[in-house]
Amino acid sequence: MADVLPGERPQLAPPVDDTGPLGWVRKNLFSSWGNGITTVVLIVAIGWILSGFLHWAVFTATFDAKSGAECRGHGACWALIREKYRYIFFGSFPYEQHWRPLFAVVAMLAMLILSSDRRMWNKRLIAIWGVGSFVAFLLMFGQIHISLGLILFVALAAGGLGMILRGAIATPGELNGWRALAAVGALGLIGRITGVIPTWSLAIAPLSYVETGLWGGIPVTLILATYGLVFAFPFGILLALGRRSNLPLIKGLCVGFIELIRGVPLISLLIMASVMLPLFLPSGMTIDKFLRAQVAVILFAGAYIAEIIRGGLQSLPKGQFEAADAMGLNYVQKTTLIILPQALRVVIPPLINTFIGFFKDTSLVLIIGIFDFLNTANQALVDPNWAGFPGEVYLFAAFIYFCFCYSMSRYSKHLEIELNKGTRR
Amino acid sequence: MRNFTLTAAAAVATMLASGSAWAGKDLDAIKARGSLVCGVGQGTAGFMMADSTGKWVGLDVDVCRAVSAAIFGDSEKVKYVPLSSQQRFTALQSGEVDILSNNTTQTLTRDTALGLDFTAVTYYDGQGFLVPKKLGVKSAKELNGATVCVAPGTTTELNLADYFRAQKMTFKPVVIEKVDEVRAAFFSGRCDVYTNDSSSLYATRAANPPPPLKPEDFIVLPEIISKEPLAPAVRHGDNQFADIVRWTQYAMVEAEEYGINSKNVDEMLKSENPTIKRILGVTPGMGKALGVDEKWVYTIVKQVGNYGESFERNVGMGSVLKIERGLNKLWTQGGLQYAPPIR
Repeated sequence: MADVLPGERPQLAPPVDDTGPLGWVRKNLFSSWGNGITTVVLIVAIGWILSGFLHWAVFTATFDAKSGAECRGHGACWALIREKYRYIFFGSFPYEQHWRPLFAVVAMLAMLILSSDRRMWNKRLIAIWGVGSFVAFLLMFGQIHISLGLILFVALAAGGLGMILRGAIATPGELNGWRALAAVGALGLIGRITGVIPTWSLAIAPLSYVETGLWGGIPVTLILATYGLVFAFPFGILLALGRRSNLPLIKGLCVGFIELIRGVPLISLLIMASVMLPLFLPSGMTIDKFLRAQVAVILFAGAYIAEIIRGGLQSLPKGQFEAADAMGLNYVQKTTLIILPQALRVVIPPLINTFIGFFKDTSLVLIIGIFDFLNTANQALVDPNWAGFPGEVYLFAAFIYFCFCYSMSRYSKHLEIELNKGTRR
Repeated sequence: MRNFTLTAAAAVATMLASGSAWAGKDLDAIKARGSLVCGVGQGTAGFMMADSTGKWVGLDVDVCRAVSAAIFGDSEKVKYVPLSSQQRFTALQSGEVDILSNNTTQTLTRDTALGLDFTAVTYYDGQGFLVPKKLGVKSAKELNGATVCVAPGTTTELNLADYFRAQKMTFKPVVIEKVDEVRAAFFSGRCDVYTNDSSSLYATRAANPPPPLKPEDFIVLPEIISKEPLAPAVRHGDNQFADIVRWTQYAMVEAEEYGINSKNVDEMLKSENPTIKRILGVTPGMGKALGVDEKWVYTIVKQVGNYGESFERNVGMGSVLKIERGLNKLWTQGGLQYAPPIR
């Protein structure tokens, strides 16, 4: 024994109960008496619940039935979902035209998925959203009439923005282009208001018109959440910048707005928009109910996004602001070229978190009679032929919500890792 | 000659002026729009709900379809706007909807202070009690000491307390907000009695009590402790439109009374009965007086049916709700549905 030199000892395999699946089980599940008992109790409990659930949801479930009465006495009544799924997904949209909301949803999901790829985060994204939104809304409405006034206003706004944002960096040719665009818009609008130019609208009408009152289900939830956030985003940026402004009036207005909106529940805003607003409007004038809800969601989301972005702005070291000033950049250039790109990078994960929240919050619109996905699921329960199976319908709705929200939260996680690659050691 | 022209012009102007005075602004707007905007509720079985294809059906929906048939000759020219109970009156006042047909109880304050005009009652509802048969109760007077499931903050709760106090009885309330939960509590035996509007009680009974219980194991007691006349409402200010809505309902009741239904309406056109001839517009005059097509009742009955047909199809024996006609029988059969004569 004493003759064996160090390092020449034969290598023994680790003890059998320390490796392999058995070892893992021993180490992780049964490392002590207490842990062992906990493991056994939990396994028994999970098995008991799962077997009960499977018994109800699969083994004794009814998948095919003419009415709810046939489901009576069995397990889950999935036949109800089978009967009602098209209503739950698309609401009162004309039945034989359900392909339209289907493709609109596909278009919106495609836009969201394309936007999730970081390589697409540039001007292409604006083009994708422009075309995609146009297609989605054309499918939903069937006909879109764009009035001349709106076209002119967009021209003026685009020209004005171009002049401000590109003012100091654009070539003279480009700048003249922006100026021309703004001038055409402004002159056209003046002509339109004074009545020199007659009313005209660009009509794109390949399909039958379907008003927003008939929209329902998944497209409504997606539109309210997606466009709520898309429009709330620039609005939130402006609010956040305004809140950090040196001008007391702008600062006061922004702080007041943000605190007011954040201080009330979304439901009260929605009720204001649907119950109070019509009373203030001149009689006979009504604003589309869906649009009112959408605006309420935008205002609400805007205030929350503003606070998130303010967090991003505050996380920037002061040196960045000072360096930009030292370069001689004006406020617009400093903000768009130096500050915002850095601040927004920080806040993208929390923004997705907000999106998940709003995706679910939109179901509050049921209080004002808009049939979003959860509300159409609710409506499916009213039919007396199929009444009495709330569990099945809510489980189905929960499953669909989970699919959306879980994929978003996974994406947020992935993005957090992606964006922090540069700062990781 | 010049004088004649002037006189003719004046006559035409007078006719035009009186014409526009006859047709109210709401009716003009509806006709110009080409569709009737009908405010309904967010789903009540049998009264208004979207079926599996998303189409609105129900007793209240039939009212709007019938009005559309009277005005346009087509019962499908209706846009439905689902409204929550908070926003329904505002929506009517602000002009978002033309007619409110969503199980609204006619009361004095709503008829006056809210600026609404209730038309004819389409359904006489009232608060009742649902009990399991095995409780062995035949009358609400035997409910002393019972546990009662009720929704909070509604007139239902107040009516319940009033009734028990008046009968010198005691009860234990179980207050639950959501209808699904109330039903679950009642069927699981947490309370002996469930009180609500009787139409809703029938829906609850039909809403499939969990096995082995069957709908037949429960009865609605005969006592009705409140009056809930449900009527469609329109805005103040357009009497002609209100007349059309009111007489549309009367026409459906009248059609039932004279045995005119969607199946035999074409044969009835040949009837010799002067009343039927007047109703169906064979003898003209009624449509003109109301400001609609002379064939208005024919169109309503042909496309929607008479009141009895609509009732049985949506809430009566032709549906799973199986609500008895009860108060909603014709006056000739001992009920309250009584339409003034169309003449």
